[in-house]
Amino acid sequence: MTPRRRKMFGLLIVAFVALWVWWSYGPRTPATWTSADLSVLRSLSLDSLPALPADPSNAVADDPRAAKFGHRLFFDTRLSANGAVSCATCHQPERQFSDGLPKGRGIGLSGRNTPSIVSTAYSPWLYWDGRRDSQWAQALAPLEDPVEHGGNRMQYVRFIANDPDYRSEYESIFSPIPDFSDAARFPDAAAPIDDSQINAAWQSMSASDRRLVNSVYANMGKAIAAYERLILPGHSHFDDYVGAVLRGDDELSRTILMDEEILGLQLFIDEARCIECHNGPLFTNNEFHNTGILSFPGDLPDRGRIDGVRKVLADPFNCLGDFSDDRNRNCPELSYVRTGIELVGATRTPSLRVLADTAPYARKGQQATLADVLDLYNRGPLAMIGHNEAEELNLSRRELNQLEAFLNTLDAPLATAEEWLKAPK
Amino acid sequence: MREIALLFVALLLPFAPGEVAGQDGEDPKVWDTGKGYFRVSYESRLHPLAINRIHAWVFHVETANGDTVNDATISVTGGMPNHNHGLPTSPRMTQSLGEGNYLLEGMRFHMAGLWEITVIIEAGGQQDTVVISLTL
Repeated sequence: MTPRRRKMFGLLIVAFVALWVWWSYGPRTPATWTSADLSVLRSLSLDSLPALPADPSNAVADDPRAAKFGHRLFFDTRLSANGAVSCATCHQPERQFSDGLPKGRGIGLSGRNTPSIVSTAYSPWLYWDGRRDSQWAQALAPLEDPVEHGGNRMQYVRFIANDPDYRSEYESIFSPIPDFSDAARFPDAAAPIDDSQINAAWQSMSASDRRLVNSVYANMGKAIAAYERLILPGHSHFDDYVGAVLRGDDELSRTILMDEEILGLQLFIDEARCIECHNGPLFTNNEFHNTGILSFPGDLPDRGRIDGVRKVLADPFNCLGDFSDDRNRNCPELSYVRTGIELVGATRTPSLRVLADTAPYARKGQQATLADVLDLYNRGPLAMIGHNEAEELNLSRRELNQLEAFLNTLDAPLATAEEWLKAPK
Repeated sequence: MREIALLFVALLLPFAPGEVAGQDGEDPKVWDTGKGYFRVSYESRLHPLAINRIHAWVFHVETANGDTVNDATISVTGGMPNHNHGLPTSPRMTQSLGEGNYLLEGMRFHMAGLWEITVIIEAGGQQDTVVISLTL
């Protein structure tokens, strides 16, 4: 190669590298929103969130006295086997009601990541696998989980009955607490749980006595749910941006989000297809999808919703059960619930409005950061069990960064009064 | 004379029979089942039709001749052909409302896009199927 040709070749390489750098890192201007886009933006805005849906299965769902009682129960560590675990141990208000751990830690190590309870009043299904169908039915399950609160319902209802404050608060909201003092009828510890001794004690009780215990226990859950209904997401930069765009105030809108964030939003609703599942003002369809998330190291693949359906149908505290306050048993979600092979390995679409403080992500906290989550969706790997619904995206690193920048614009303080975000006095 | 005849036809067009109201903002639609045994139309009780809300549909079933069918059993499946997944619920026919109308409860859509609803109708010893497409 002659020196002249070498020089030309060198210049060509420099030009190519410069072009690549410009293409990868040069400024980009977001496209103008079309009228169809504007309709999508409106659908995602918190301003489109409907009023809190009624919960006919919980007669005290909107009773302020129940919320106050539930607030006390939520933070009370005496509702546990060792006196050290409350709901707030894992659902920490300062972390948007999650715990920052891959898997929850109560009495022991939980099997799954602690989901936030923010806006769960809007979801027909609770838990990653939807094995409960109301906030109040969900609130009861950890209390008896051996690795969470580790107690039993007989212990809890007797605790409420024997605590003068709680007893009076309970009776002012519900009805007089039955007399649980007869040890022959009401053993020290009894519940339909895996512990054989405690289970045997429960089975030895009469059906009517079990029902008395279950009624008080269900009411405890209903009070906790009345409190949890108040935990709602707040307006974010994204919502302010949509408001400005819909008003046609382009100048203001450009001051709210940066171009990279807007480009991320455009990817979110278009090429990256995130909106297919993360739709509506809470960025979730509350449905169940297998997205090929790998198992937690050392764990078998999680069967997810396919087991959750079976469990929610068998739950005595479900909407159709004896302890539901809905006399008409109008429970459309549960009555028309589906099952089938599509649900193998599927988990509930989480809301994206509480991402900032809820890492690590996914059902077992397998994804440490948002970048990890986006990388997984970008690759669209084969599912370990079932079928991965999400196809690979093949987005560039820059586009992934834009998506992440957009997701961070959803971060906002909760729209819940400060008094509810700390332990009651 | 030709103009008067055309005007007469144009005035009568809005009263043309055979069409039943469909969704909000869409053209009225009636579907013929695959073997031609039945004609089917539906109306959503959720107006406008939206994602993530469980609701009911009312199906109207007629024979090919336009006679209402009152002894039909209707079952429904569906999904998104471009996504290879089904409906998020298991809708069921819960009531015959008379005059060829049937209540189907438990409909819900959880994504925007093209949906196909397969409707299986059994009546008078005959079974026939129709696929209804809709875009949300």
